[in-house]
Amino acid sequence: MVAVYIIIGVVVVLLIIFLVLYNGLVRLRNQVKNSWAQIDVQLKRRYDLIPNLMETVKGYMKHERETLEAVTKARNLAQQVSSAGAGERAKAEGELSSALSRLLAVVERYPDLKANQNFLALQEELTSTENKISFSRQFYNDSVLRYNNQTQMVPSNIVAGMTGFKASEFFEVTVAAEREAPKVSFT
Amino acid sequence: MLTIGMGALLILIGYLLGLYFFDSAIVGLVIAILVWTVLSLVGYFQGDSILLSMSRAKKIKRDDHPRLYNVVEEMKIASGLEKMPNIYIIDDPALNAFATGRDPNRASVAITSGLLQKLNRDELQGVIAHEISHIKNRDVLLMAMCSILLGTIVILAWYGSRFLIFGSMTGSRRSSSSGGGGGAQLIILVVALVFMILAPIVAQLIYFAISRKREYLADASAALYTRYPEGLASALEKLGTSTGQLKSANKATAPMYIINPFRKKGMKASDLSSTHPPISERIRILRAMAGASFNDYDQAYRKAHRGEGVIPAASIAAETVPIATINLEGEAGEPNEIQRARETSDVMWRLSNYNTITCDCGAKLRVPPKFKEPIIKCPHCGRTHQV
Repeated sequence: MVAVYIIIGVVVVLLIIFLVLYNGLVRLRNQVKNSWAQIDVQLKRRYDLIPNLMETVKGYMKHERETLEAVTKARNLAQQVSSAGAGERAKAEGELSSALSRLLAVVERYPDLKANQNFLALQEELTSTENKISFSRQFYNDSVLRYNNQTQMVPSNIVAGMTGFKASEFFEVTVAAEREAPKVSFT
Repeated sequence: MLTIGMGALLILIGYLLGLYFFDSAIVGLVIAILVWTVLSLVGYFQGDSILLSMSRAKKIKRDDHPRLYNVVEEMKIASGLEKMPNIYIIDDPALNAFATGRDPNRASVAITSGLLQKLNRDELQGVIAHEISHIKNRDVLLMAMCSILLGTIVILAWYGSRFLIFGSMTGSRRSSSSGGGGGAQLIILVVALVFMILAPIVAQLIYFAISRKREYLADASAALYTRYPEGLASALEKLGTSTGQLKSANKATAPMYIINPFRKKGMKASDLSSTHPPISERIRILRAMAGASFNDYDQAYRKAHRGEGVIPAASIAAETVPIATINLEGEAGEPNEIQRARETSDVMWRLSNYNTITCDCGAKLRVPPKFKEPIIKCPHCGRTHQV
């Protein structure tokens, strides 16, 4: 009789451990999904900001057609591949970031533009959006790391293997220039 | 660990009080826990609104101060907080900031207008990251519970010791009726009295120790979120040079501020009776960090304290995280201190329902909300403006 109780007890304890680990994995996987969505939101914000920016700077920067066109092109390309895989997407976004940083570097030659209230507000938005992109990517990668660790470490890897949790992909920066997001020195 | 110690202290007080006054430890315990529960509930449901209204903080929207709003949103994203905290500005030249809210979903961060105009973007990010860390680590709730625990201990000990002294002077009914147990009664009386005097002091010290520990943890989290410990270090440096005390702060809310609002000039380095670690030490640790991870913070802390770490072992990951390289000053058209001061004062006027009209001559007219005339004349150049 005692043996039966012990067996039942062990089974119940194992079941509870299983459930706790399983729920932990689900929570982490959802966090990964959510943080991916957050990157998406910020990238879309950047697409929306660029036409505004173009409209504002166009009048001032008549001699920078190439730079302006490069930004618009990079933006359109990035928007096109936004439904593609993470690798291709990261590349397109990287191009966009470097095109933007070139544009903002050129702004330095136009003191009138630098005094424009509208432009200053846009610039704050752009700086912040770049920051938000990199922070959301940072949080995404942290979440992926935590999730992947859980799917690979004993004992949760057993649960992950039984219930089909697969390791997730990191959002790597592919273009070297993108590491320095358009941080422009205006001094 | 320390929190449990404080709880134990409360239970002991209740036990002794019960033993002495009601001949039953249980009654004392029940009273102690009842007082604690009532105070906790009030603090839990009203804490943040009491605190914010006490400090006369004004809530801002995105358009009021886009930079501050953006920085808070950036840190919300970096920390993985689910909901955007409310943002408040306190119109006070003192330099300080605090976070409040019982759970991460209804949190608020507040910053004084003095600090807002003093800090550049990276420093502001560091300070906000520190405050968001308090929210994310649930320090607000922890410190509220601890301060209520402390308050309960102080109240009970105060009344307890008064009753004990009063009771022993008039010759309490109970001690004469128990007859033979007089000697034991006397011992209990002395022990209880000593305990009543010591308990609040010990509880206070424990409370301060918890608070300091959470400050270090919030600094470590801030470094991790921003990947840039120098931002917070440089902000703390600016904070450290000012000694203006915040008018609206009080003792119960002190642990939630980024620096101790009651600190005086030349405070001792390792002060046991302070809610915050000394600023110079916090800066030293942040600057000694080799990377931006918890592990790096712990290493830097160990170096400064010879041995003991401060980060709970469970949250230390083996790998280090590289520090982001951002240049601190003069970046991307960032406003300088004078522009920031103007911007902040504009926000404060607007929040008090003043209408600001910029005249062509450069003067700024602040139109009070009670102003009824449709037209206003610029006192500087004489131009007229529509209100």
